[in-house]
Amino acid sequence: MTDDLLLALPLLLPLAAAVTVMLTRGLPRLHGPLNVACMAALAAVGAALLARVHDGAVLVTFLGGWRAPFGIPLVADALSVTMVLVTALVAGCVCLYALVDVPPRQALVYHAVTPVLVASANGAFLTGDLFNLYVWFEVMLMSSFVLMALGGEAPQVRGTVKYMATNLVSSTLFLAGVGLLYGLTGTLNMAELAARVPALGQPALVSVVAVLFVVAFGTKAAVFPLFSWLPASYPTPPVATTALFAGLLTKVAVYALLRTFTLIFVHDVGFTHGALLWIAGLTMVTGVLGAVAQDEVRRLLSFHIVSQIGYMVMGLALLSPLALLGAIFFTIHNILAKTNLFLIGGVMARLGGSFELKRLGGFYRAQPLLAGLFLVPALALAGVPPLSGFWGKLLLARAGLEAAEYAIVAASLAVGLLTLYSMMKIWSQAVLPAAADPARPPAGPVPRAQLAAIGVLAASTLALSALAWPVCVVLGRAAEGLLAPTAYIEAVLRA
Amino acid sequence: MEVVLAYVVGALVTLAVLLLLRRSLVSVVVGLLVLGNAVNLLIMTMGRLTRAAPPLVEAGAVLPEEPFANPLPQAFVLTAIVINFGLLAFSLVLTASARAIAGTVDPHELVGPEDTPPARVGGAA
Repeated sequence: MTDDLLLALPLLLPLAAAVTVMLTRGLPRLHGPLNVACMAALAAVGAALLARVHDGAVLVTFLGGWRAPFGIPLVADALSVTMVLVTALVAGCVCLYALVDVPPRQALVYHAVTPVLVASANGAFLTGDLFNLYVWFEVMLMSSFVLMALGGEAPQVRGTVKYMATNLVSSTLFLAGVGLLYGLTGTLNMAELAARVPALGQPALVSVVAVLFVVAFGTKAAVFPLFSWLPASYPTPPVATTALFAGLLTKVAVYALLRTFTLIFVHDVGFTHGALLWIAGLTMVTGVLGAVAQDEVRRLLSFHIVSQIGYMVMGLALLSPLALLGAIFFTIHNILAKTNLFLIGGVMARLGGSFELKRLGGFYRAQPLLAGLFLVPALALAGVPPLSGFWGKLLLARAGLEAAEYAIVAASLAVGLLTLYSMMKIWSQAVLPAAADPARPPAGPVPRAQLAAIGVLAASTLALSALAWPVCVVLGRAAEGLLAPTAYIEAVLRA
Repeated sequence: MEVVLAYVVGALVTLAVLLLLRRSLVSVVVGLLVLGNAVNLLIMTMGRLTRAAPPLVEAGAVLPEEPFANPLPQAFVLTAIVINFGLLAFSLVLTASARAIAGTVDPHELVGPEDTPPARVGGAA
């Protein structure tokens, strides 16, 4: 198979699945399995791409045959391919879970829009053009709007209103940044921007644009102080939707930050990355403080999304090979663990009839296996050794100490403790004690598809923990590629 | 001309912020529309305003005749307009369904997840 096709498949496969779902409206039983199969194929494509780029190579293809800097390139390096692979894994598990979770009336739209969301995330990971990145963000936004509003409950409508308004404003700011950058440099090809921005000799103007990008991507990644839309909207849609959002959406924005603030905006690291370090610390702390105050599973986990974003931004802000490695590793770990926690929370709520910790309970007695599986992502999220979160935090803390940024290291460790506390709060209130409402008739057994989805994600977290060293070797090359992007730039401009 | 347009962009953004801060979803939607157009105008201006020929290549030629206008910002703006239009349609539908479900277009009066009754009984944790 040629590289060109291999690079386009992460976009083509899910889009083809979406079109097939829309064209086969009369065969609703087909849609869920089709999406699961599509995500499995996508994971295979991701693995094939990773085999090509794990040694630091960069694959480039130009859509429509227009060469750089005029054409829009798809660029695959170790970072973007890893994200594509993890996205396929998580989306596949969510689709598996959704096989038995989506009400029949919403099934058609759910199954048609989910692959579009995955395609847009892959587009954002693979594109080498800033305007194209904007377009993928908008496609992602549009499909997430539809998924979030699907069902039309009153809380959902309110959640969607907040989500829509905030994200549309941030998209517009992103577009303004893109326009200003184009006016300054005359190009939007990311590789060419990397070459032209330093030669511009106008660091102050570029810093203004960089601030627009921080605000735009920061809103989408839910960093302090721009995160309030996330806990207000994520808990409202059905769990199969929230889990996908929790795993993917904010991380695409983190990826965009990682990409632009290593490739383009490195003209004044003291200002931009210094600001990012403050943002990282405040995001961690406010997020986790919000989380410990919550008594509703989905809201608690939503605040944790915010808190964990802080760690990823911290790695970017420190801007050393070790720190970037930590940021990438932590992002992957977080996508797997967070999605899984939402899925398990969904099962808990279905068995217990509520998302309120107070009304839950008896989960261990009813589902000992699932209670055990809950511990894997929960302890991984808290950073308990030897699980994946521990390795991510270890890398970041080590990088922080090497950079002599002791305050952020202290903050990150304290936040880890509070994360452990709130995970144990779920454990001690919803899992261990007897059911809050003994009169409630026992729910039926957990569907096998949902058990499988949770099991696969938990196994992935365990695998990431066990294989932390080989994974770090590959991601370390990705981090070095980010810091010294000559290979990326040359691959695009000389392709 | 650029200076005039810069002021126009500034005025449009001001108006958009004013509308976005109002307590009605309809104003918010109009505000988003105005903001989107302000940014479109910004991109057009940043692409340099020229009194030049349209960038059309004559039959048999390889390049359009100099001086020609930059076609790229126009392509950007066209894409952005289309995207904005789709999102605007969605937000209008959302406003309509908010009115149908909750009977209000005031975002503060819609019920949200924060409004679930506080389950703070102390004791645990």
